[in-house]
Amino acid sequence: MTDRITPPPRAAIDKAGRWVDRAFRLQATALYLFLYVPIGLVVLFSFNAGDRTGELRGLSLRWYGRALGDPFAMGALENSFVVGTWTAVIATTLGTLAALALQRASRSVRAVFEAITYVAIIIPGIVIGIATLIFFVNAFAWLNPQLASIWSAFGLGAPPTIGTGLHTIIAAHVLFTMAIVIVLVRARLAGMDRTLTEASFDLFASPFRTFVQVTLPQLRPAIITGALLAFTFSFDDYVIASFVAGPGKPTLPMYVFSSIRRGITPEINAIASMVLSVTVTMLLVVGLIYRRSSRIAAAQRAAELADVQETVP
Amino acid sequence: MTRSELGRWRSRIVTFLLLMPASAWYVLLLLVPLVILIVFSFGGRAPEGGYRPDFTLANYQELPTRSTAFLNALWMATGGTILCLIVGFPLAYFLATRAGSQRTLLLVLVIVPFWTSFLIRTYAWLTILGNNGVPAWLERLGFGHIVLLNTPFAVLLGIVYNYLPLMVFPLYVSLERLDKRLLEASKDLGAGRWATFRQVTLPLSSAGLLSGVILVFIPIMGEYIIPALLGGGKVFFIGNALVDLFLQSRNWPFGSAAAIVLILVILAAVTLYLRLGSRGGGTREVSLL
Repeated sequence: MTDRITPPPRAAIDKAGRWVDRAFRLQATALYLFLYVPIGLVVLFSFNAGDRTGELRGLSLRWYGRALGDPFAMGALENSFVVGTWTAVIATTLGTLAALALQRASRSVRAVFEAITYVAIIIPGIVIGIATLIFFVNAFAWLNPQLASIWSAFGLGAPPTIGTGLHTIIAAHVLFTMAIVIVLVRARLAGMDRTLTEASFDLFASPFRTFVQVTLPQLRPAIITGALLAFTFSFDDYVIASFVAGPGKPTLPMYVFSSIRRGITPEINAIASMVLSVTVTMLLVVGLIYRRSSRIAAAQRAAELADVQETVP
Repeated sequence: MTRSELGRWRSRIVTFLLLMPASAWYVLLLLVPLVILIVFSFGGRAPEGGYRPDFTLANYQELPTRSTAFLNALWMATGGTILCLIVGFPLAYFLATRAGSQRTLLLVLVIVPFWTSFLIRTYAWLTILGNNGVPAWLERLGFGHIVLLNTPFAVLLGIVYNYLPLMVFPLYVSLERLDKRLLEASKDLGAGRWATFRQVTLPLSSAGLLSGVILVFIPIMGEYIIPALLGGGKVFFIGNALVDLFLQSRNWPFGSAAAIVLILVILAAVTLYLRLGSRGGGTREVSLL
């Protein structure tokens, strides 16, 4: 009787039949295997003692040793870390500032800005690569003669020339990661409790103090997630980097891609496994932050509820 | 000027300053280059590569020479999207009907591969489909010599593997929101399982379906890595042609014309999406968190 009054919401589809349910289960299991077996094989063969991917000849760490001792791989890894870190810092700062400004901007400005933000997110990397390459080529073509004329006017000797390098990759990565930060922070701002800000103003806090003590702590999960995502995307990108990278300064994906082109060795598997472990660690951190913030929110809600119950006899 | 007016002006200036850096990035690195791209596409090729000012339609007239790349991308993006939908819908449905904690775990397991390196995920299939992988096994089982790598099959497989999570997530969100009482009502009114699916489930999850389709279709259209690694020069997309035109042969005006056509195809897809999905909000990429 009782379950007819409040039907368990999830049971409805399960009732479709045991065989249908079994088919769904089977399909899901197959898909999870499909998703994880290839990655698992990459990790497995990174421990291969043999030379060929495909036949496992005992386990060893020699390919990790080889990868860690490879100056080109390690140089590329360092470049990727530099690019990823700067991208995360700049994208998070600019994205957060823009998201805050959009709260106060007029409706038309907001609409235009949001449209460009979605364009920057959805546009394929190849178009971003081309667009940023075009910008840099034109900018350098204009800038370098200017520098040369200034240097010769003051008699400073050989003028410096600005070219592509890690900074151009960072600038290109900021373009789309910043857009992601804007969306994340705006989503958080939309869900924020406005009464706290109003209370802060009522208590005579300056706008700056309100921002630091009230708004910023509430935005923290979105900002940290945005930064980690920006880093991950930047660290993973091959296409954009290949357009705007400077000579002799490849990122890790560029190094991996060119070594795959030269022939598959278990060393690539070792590098890939290390990259995977970095990504999975990042995801765990993001997951923990989200769980913690939702737990705190739940605890706050529970406390508020308890307060209400206390005041209402 | 009154005091409140002064305050309003100050507020406006602060807003402007906060928006400045982000706007500069958008304008300089995205909007201005897109305008330059249009100008370039009507220009000529300088002898040493790059751009020479001109006004000609030659680049657009030359486009049919790259039609294979366009058609490959177009049909594989369409086919890949449909495959993702066919494979992903039952999984999203399965996820939406699981109980709380189990569902969270299963969802996370779908999302994790999406955040791991795209290049490495594609590389994983390179070894599986390569001659030492599955073909060697099949040969030992007596199926003869079968080539899997550098075929349309390999590229489609890579597409489904890489883009499946992007399809499953918006589908899951819309199926999860679906009011399960409607399914009961449909059943009570005598509808069979298929009729319920077609008349209730499918229309009510159309917003998620549309988002999934657009989220998968657009990036596949611009795909470079999958055809480069799994298509091995035999199956190539417009992205591969663009890399060649901009970085190797340095024929920028022709590359610009090809890029413009790619952007127009994407624009058409987005317009269609907005037309069809104007009633439902839709889920965007970032909700993949």
